[in-house]
Amino acid sequence: MSKLELRERFASIQRESERRNEEKNKESIPTIFIVMSTCGLASGATETKQAFEEALSEKSIKARIVPVGCLGHCYAEPLVIIDHPTAGFPPICYYQINADRARILVRSYLEGGDPVLKYVLGAMEENDLIPAVMDFPRFSLEQRLVMEHCGHIDPNDIYQYVAKGGYSGLVKALEAEPEEVIDLVEKSGLRGRGGAGFPTGRKWRIARATEIDDKFVICNGDEGDPGAYMDRTILESNPHQLLEGLAICAYAVGANRSIAYVRAEYPLAVKALQKAIKSAEELSLLGPSILGTSFNFEVSVFQGSGAFVCGEETALIQSIEGKRGMPQHRPPFPVEKGLWGRPTVVNNVKTLSSVPSIILRGPEWFRTIGTEHSPGTAIFSVVGNVKHPGLVEIAMGTSLRTLIFDVCGGIPKKKEFKAVQIGGPSGGCLPSSFLDTPIDFDSLTQAGAMMGSGGMVVMDEDSCMVDVSRYFLDFTQKESCGKCTFCRIGTNHLLNILDRITKGEGREKDLELLETLSKDIKDGSLCGLGKTAPNPVLTSLKYFREEYEAHINEKRCPALKCRTLIAYYIDLEKCARGCEVCVGCCPVDAIFTTKGRKKAIDQELCVKCGECRSVCPPEYDAVFKVSPPELAPIIERPPEEKKESKKSAV
Amino acid sequence: MALYNDGVGMAPSDLDHEEWEMIQDIKVLLPGFEKHRGNLIPILQSIQEKHSYLASTAMEMVATHLSITPSEVFGVATFYNQFRFHPPGKHQIKVCLGTACHVAGGDIILENFERKLGIKDGETTPDREYSVERVACVGCCALAPVAVVDENVQGHMQPSKVEGLFVQFQIEREREEREKAEREASE
Ligand SMILES: Cc1cc2nc3c(=O)[nH]c(=O)nc-3n(C[C@H](O)[C@H](O)[C@H](O)COP(=O)(O)O)c2cc1C
Ligand code: SF4
Ligand code: SF4
Ligand code: FES
Ligand code: FES
Repeated sequence: MSKLELRERFASIQRESERRNEEKNKESIPTIFIVMSTCGLASGATETKQAFEEALSEKSIKARIVPVGCLGHCYAEPLVIIDHPTAGFPPICYYQINADRARILVRSYLEGGDPVLKYVLGAMEENDLIPAVMDFPRFSLEQRLVMEHCGHIDPNDIYQYVAKGGYSGLVKALEAEPEEVIDLVEKSGLRGRGGAGFPTGRKWRIARATEIDDKFVICNGDEGDPGAYMDRTILESNPHQLLEGLAICAYAVGANRSIAYVRAEYPLAVKALQKAIKSAEELSLLGPSILGTSFNFEVSVFQGSGAFVCGEETALIQSIEGKRGMPQHRPPFPVEKGLWGRPTVVNNVKTLSSVPSIILRGPEWFRTIGTEHSPGTAIFSVVGNVKHPGLVEIAMGTSLRTLIFDVCGGIPKKKEFKAVQIGGPSGGCLPSSFLDTPIDFDSLTQAGAMMGSGGMVVMDEDSCMVDVSRYFLDFTQKESCGKCTFCRIGTNHLLNILDRITKGEGREKDLELLETLSKDIKDGSLCGLGKTAPNPVLTSLKYFREEYEAHINEKRCPALKCRTLIAYYIDLEKCARGCEVCVGCCPVDAIFTTKGRKKAIDQELCVKCGECRSVCPPEYDAVFKVSPPELAPIIERPPEEKKESKKSAV
Repeated sequence: MALYNDGVGMAPSDLDHEEWEMIQDIKVLLPGFEKHRGNLIPILQSIQEKHSYLASTAMEMVATHLSITPSEVFGVATFYNQFRFHPPGKHQIKVCLGTACHVAGGDIILENFERKLGIKDGETTPDREYSVERVACVGCCALAPVAVVDENVQGHMQPSKVEGLFVQFQIEREREEREKAEREASE
């Protein structure tokens, strides 16, 4: 079959996509885009959509409702974009639109023509009336390549992706020889976004070169970091881009079968992907003899069962084979001998999703973004103590400072920045002296953190670094597959030491012990889980050593976080006579009335939840937190006030 | 080996009714899966999806179907966090302990649920009304700390909100009981 025929078949799909677009535009009725990915739904997008539908039908207003994927602005969910072509305004983006606000928007804007400025985040186009979102740092400093269309198209409608140029990269690849495709990817300098940053083109070339014909490609969407959700969002918001990348990869390496491995905890992503596969097959963009060529390619979805270690490629393969997900010795690498013994390329969701635009726009274009050794963009889920948490895609080489303070708005509540944790359980904590570090594979590794999963947690002065290390070790210790003794027992030992430090039972030699043990675990573990598990401990020991020392030597938690080392008390001078606010809120009835009808805390009963401190009216602000706990004044509870402890009640 | 290998010949009363239903279901489900080791996890997933947990009889039936030992099935199932071996409570409470929620004090929220119900994470109350479990990021870190109660995401959790949820459950239960009593009285 000729290239001409291939082009013609694809052109007819493009024409159909255009026709559908025109048909929609003919009717100039308003369009309401509602973000319906996991984050939107969690914030109440279903109720918002229902409220729009009801309000529209009550008022008999004609409008289209289009569910779209995520724009990455988690702080603004439920997020809605209204395009009201006859109102004289550009499309407007609204934030935190709950059901009530949805009704107001229908009444005021769609019916009355008033765009309700107080709910507006910004206009989607430059104009003279409403500030455009593109002028906000959150938008202008981002560079969207992988997430370019996320939130702008309906992920369930393949024609919307085609209208954005989708699947043209695949067509271009099919017109070329597989080796030429690999050349393009290699020239682009694309490195794997799954954490380690292995050059994608090189991986593909090795797979291509193997003699065996029956090969596999696997999309790694396991995303096990407990604080990361980029891959989920991409799968939910633009699954076709991933499928296109997957097909290009398969064509290049000579594979006909593929498995998209997505965790079962991501039901929406699984559904979106399954639907996308079906619609691509219907248009012959996947399946047997794609667009009439001799290239056959089938994709199936495998649901991962929730084990962090299964993100590791050999463990992932074990689990597809129906076994316990234990990592295997490499070599042989999966590209030589992988799933069912066949050569297998494993690539991350973001890696594969970067491929279509590289093929379409060329490797030179890709290299204009990012740095020399880390071209392209990086995607992070930035959470924790920042004003505007969410998904952010920035050019590699952007500094941490720009990302945290400009793109994400900095630290809320006038608190101080303390540290940023990058790379999840495998990564590390960096202090403020590293804020000017450029974000790329090599600089982060050099600093002791790691690109890793792309999870980023920003922490203010109230976070305790020992506690954060303990948190990650608790996670890796549970998730160790148990194959290597050092990983299994070593992480457990690390956790025990960190546990006792946070409880004020740390010993003088503990810090040394943490360091030697960490080294042993790194050396004695087979896979990346064990090799990187000590990173959170090592980096925080390096940059926040005095905090560990305070816990051990002074039995004090400087951040007032570790609960054994703190106490709450009520300042009798400040407590308002007769006020009862905190009494009812204490879950263990620890608060009693003392002289002068003021309140005091029974330290025996207090579980240090901090609820009393958060409910005490700001004009009194009478509840204080101190460390070590001995600093709290002791006020005896009168015997008739004594209550039975609920602490141990079952 | 298995006492009730495939549930054949067992009167429903001999088994817990739920388990009996599960077995009937699996009998229908298994022939749809090729006898291929790679189908092990998908089979277990589809059983759990429908019945919320895996009874040991169920795993024995799967083993027979795939011609592997029950202990192999059990070994695989216990490796993965997804699989449950006891029926969950009527109300499922999931407390997020993802990184963002941890930093925001998610452990305090979990502790409040545990204390209130007198069970630990991963357990179900004896009356099978409630179960509590910890989960990793549920994807709305901006609302941290987060709990998912019966599929509804509750953001910005506080100990007092935990109390509030139980008051709601209590009101609901009392209403149900009242309605039931009224129905019975009218019959
Ligand atoms: C413990 C562990 C967990 C991992 N988790 C993931 C993951 O969730 N997603 C991912 O793409 N890669 C993960 N990886 C990396 C994979 O082994 C593999 O390198 C990657 O999928 C290759 O794709 P890439 O070249 O596109 O980065 C993990 C590795 C280790 C050691
Ligand atoms: S390092 Fe840990 S998780 Fe990795 S194989 Fe060894 S025991 Fe398993
Ligand atoms: S809420 Fe504050 S002011 Fe009121 S009783 Fe408690 S400590 Fe005193
Ligand atoms: S203040 Fe003591 S338990 Fe909340
Ligand atoms: S960490 Fe709890 S929702 Fe993300």
